[in-house]
Amino acid sequence: MGLTSPDDAAGSVEVAAVSPNFLTTTLDSLVNWGRANSLWPMPFGTACCAIEFMATAAGRFDIARFGMERMSFSPRQADVLICAGRLPFKLAPIIRRIWDQMPQPKWAISMGACASSGGIFDNYAMVQGIDTIIPVDVYVPGCPPRPEGLLYGIMLLQKKIKGESISDKSLRVEHMVDERGFFLPPEVIDELSEPFGNSVHQTRSS
Amino acid sequence: MTAINTAPSASVDALRAAFGPAIVRHAVSCGDTIVWVERDRSHEILAWLKETPGQAFNYLTDVTAVEYRDAELPFEVVYQLRSLDRKVDLRVKIPLDKSEPLAVDTVTDLWRGADWLEREVYDMFGVTFTGHPDLRRILMWDTYAEGYPLRKDFPLRGNFTRAEQTRQALAANPEAHYSIAELSIADAFSELPEDMRRRLDKGERGELR
Repeated sequence: MGLTSPDDAAGSVEVAAVSPNFLTTTLDSLVNWGRANSLWPMPFGTACCAIEFMATAAGRFDIARFGMERMSFSPRQADVLICAGRLPFKLAPIIRRIWDQMPQPKWAISMGACASSGGIFDNYAMVQGIDTIIPVDVYVPGCPPRPEGLLYGIMLLQKKIKGESISDKSLRVEHMVDERGFFLPPEVIDELSEPFGNSVHQTRSS
Repeated sequence: MTAINTAPSASVDALRAAFGPAIVRHAVSCGDTIVWVERDRSHEILAWLKETPGQAFNYLTDVTAVEYRDAELPFEVVYQLRSLDRKVDLRVKIPLDKSEPLAVDTVTDLWRGADWLEREVYDMFGVTFTGHPDLRRILMWDTYAEGYPLRKDFPLRGNFTRAEQTRQALAANPEAHYSIAELSIADAFSELPEDMRRRLDKGERGELR
């Protein structure tokens, strides 16, 4: 990186010319490099996906290699919320509160089929996709995903972060629950999703 | 391989001798004895099963309920009993007429562990346990208004639309689920151990008294 020891730098014009102790970059790439490589996860493990998440965090797969050295069990010091497992309606206000407590910049990974779409739990108790509660950046498919799958999702998120720009203020806008009480209005959900469930007349919001 | 026992438990004859017509019928299924008893005398019978020396069913394994798809069949509340000393089980069922309000007497005074089990049956099936000290929903939240999820007339996806369910969930106060009231500590505050009371007094949880 062009850093020189004090001994080398002392009075040596040639050395300074070929290995300067500065580097040039855009602010965006510097900030994004820092952000992408020091993501602190807020683990929100509710089911079997959390077991795979723990495997990902443990020695063999080791998400510390991706800058996630520390699990942040406080949302105030977290950057990425990883929802690992199904989300019942009873937990929906809690994940929403945790998301609201996380400071910007923040991202969310929906891990597994249940978090992403309700999975096999098409019933009265389960949120059909956490994207109806909080905004989601990366969906990791699988039931549950293997650690490699989650790591791939994390790398996709890092790639996404590296493409962000601090001049784009919309990235850091807080998407709150609207005055009708929805995060994602039902008409948007229906527009985005195909007929769903056991009947062609069934939609994700009905 | 042991042969499956088809003989009814000796408790059946003892019950018939003690309660006569209040014992509706009995059956043996997969080696387990099932006894149907009348609703009005259910508490008396269960107390007798617990306290009579030869019976001593001192452990209540489970309380649950069954609603059959066949509308002719009555609703049933099921008590699974075990005698830890005699190492035998007995299943007691109380048939309930579906045209009347579903209610049976609580057994929390006999087995303290029936508290949450009966709350779960109340939450999922809507059976009222008369005399229960704290009959509230236990799995669904207190303000849940869609009905009783394990009843046959309850649609799999609930009575409200997904949109309405999501809206209500987002409007819920997450603190309410884990309040002191939810944990029933506030009610029992004076009975808590001294050190726990002192900790609660200093109160991360705010106003307790």
